[in-house]
Amino acid sequence: MNPKSDLYLFENYKNKLKREKKIIISWQVIILISFFAIWEIASRLYWVDPLLFSSPSKVVDLLISKFSDGSILPHVQVTLFETVLGFILGTILGIIIATLLWFSDRLSKIMDPYLVIMNAMPKVALGPIIIVALGPGYVSIIAMGAIISVVITTLVVYSGFREVDPNYEKVLKSFGASQIQCFKEAIFPATLPTMISTLKVNVGLSWVGVIVGEFLVSKQGLGYLIVYGFQVFDFTLVMSSLIVIAIVAGIMYKIVEKIESWLIKHTG
Amino acid sequence: MSFLTLDHVSHHYFSKNNYTKALDNISFSVKDGEFIALLGPSGCGKSTILSIIAGIIKQTAGEVLLEGKLINDSDLAIGYMLQQDYLFPWKTIKENSLIGPKIGRSKTSEVENEALKMLKEVGLSNVANSYPNALSGGMRQRVALVRTLITDPKILLLDEPFSALDYQTKLKLEDLVSQLLRSYHKTAVLVTHDIGEAISMSDRILVMDSNPGSIAKIFEVPLELRNETPFLVRKHPKYQILFDRIWDELNKNESTSGQTKVVSNQNESQI
Repeated sequence: MNPKSDLYLFENYKNKLKREKKIIISWQVIILISFFAIWEIASRLYWVDPLLFSSPSKVVDLLISKFSDGSILPHVQVTLFETVLGFILGTILGIIIATLLWFSDRLSKIMDPYLVIMNAMPKVALGPIIIVALGPGYVSIIAMGAIISVVITTLVVYSGFREVDPNYEKVLKSFGASQIQCFKEAIFPATLPTMISTLKVNVGLSWVGVIVGEFLVSKQGLGYLIVYGFQVFDFTLVMSSLIVIAIVAGIMYKIVEKIESWLIKHTG
Repeated sequence: MSFLTLDHVSHHYFSKNNYTKALDNISFSVKDGEFIALLGPSGCGKSTILSIIAGIIKQTAGEVLLEGKLINDSDLAIGYMLQQDYLFPWKTIKENSLIGPKIGRSKTSEVENEALKMLKEVGLSNVANSYPNALSGGMRQRVALVRTLITDPKILLLDEPFSALDYQTKLKLEDLVSQLLRSYHKTAVLVTHDIGEAISMSDRILVMDSNPGSIAKIFEVPLELRNETPFLVRKHPKYQILFDRIWDELNKNESTSGQTKVVSNQNESQI
């Protein structure tokens, strides 16, 4: 076959990929538009109670006014701050605990049943206790965002440490490496991809912790707006907050995904 | 004089319900600059011997002496090459070859230059800044060799270092390793299940018996073979003679060695 026809086949293949991509994006847009369209129509024609379910046009009006007078920004900032901090704290603490468990086999055996229980337990149920212990404020909410991801991070990262090929340690030990050196040179870098993949899980978990925390106790934040809107029967506010959360959480997830691929590329 | 001595070394592997005797009463000594091979079927405890000499595991009985001192008191560097290269994929070739000095906190610019020189010697100077995944199996094992030799070990432990390579690469690498070890005057212990490799590389061959691992017979490699490169040894008439004698010995061991002697804990098994 001559190079020209090879090129032709390749172009053909690329066009096919492009077409497939177009179809997928079209469907995604169709679903999005029809969701909002049906919602709007259902609300206008009283298929659903507009007082309870609001409508996209009302939500958009509210969002425009709230963003233009800037009154929603502090709420977004507060929630974002709490979530990011809870996420980072939960991940780092989880990695630190996993490290301690790796260093002491005995400690890990002792802690095993407690970790299992902590993992099985719905962490948000601890909310009231955390609030009593840490006071009704940011600290408690950040703690909720962290506690929800710390146990699962510990378990995943610890099992990642354990799965590192023991021969890497053997190589280092033949050079007389200490436990700490083995950890630094082999165990930790080998487990980095696992740690990075926990980041994506933890982002979602931290949102749960923070929003529930804000439900329970707060004077600001998107979770607060939801509860407030619910209490004063302003469901347009509830829906608006939900949409803001969806957008911000989506952006945050995408950023973590970008960080993940960057880290994987730059750590081998 | 004897450089490395194993004196009635035994080793057991314990588990909850039973124990296995991996090594039984192993005694041999290695002279300075000598190359010996431990030859035997898989599971005969060859690698366990190396791990004990390297101080990675502690034998359950007996003594290992390096230059007359107990192995754990000795601060002599030991070089250990494994079946696979186990290069760290996140480190460059240069960083990989310098991991030993880094662990020993003796990484100076002189050592770095020495590493680059050795990489050049094994034909890898152009990939010093690449990562291991860009290299072929043979190249990677050559990096592992540099990594092992850079700490200037007094004794080299080779745990089937060529077994994961294709045949052609294996023969080339045997020549390279053999020539390097001779030029640096290193003592070496090679573990292998390949009779040809044992004959072509070593001065003495310890044939092992399994269950439990013990030394069945010791073969001296004829002087004419010792001074040839491994590739040429394989063509030597005396090679085949020795090969056949070892082959017979291994077959004899196979037919006489009994079933796995796993001793169960009686109390446990009755439950």
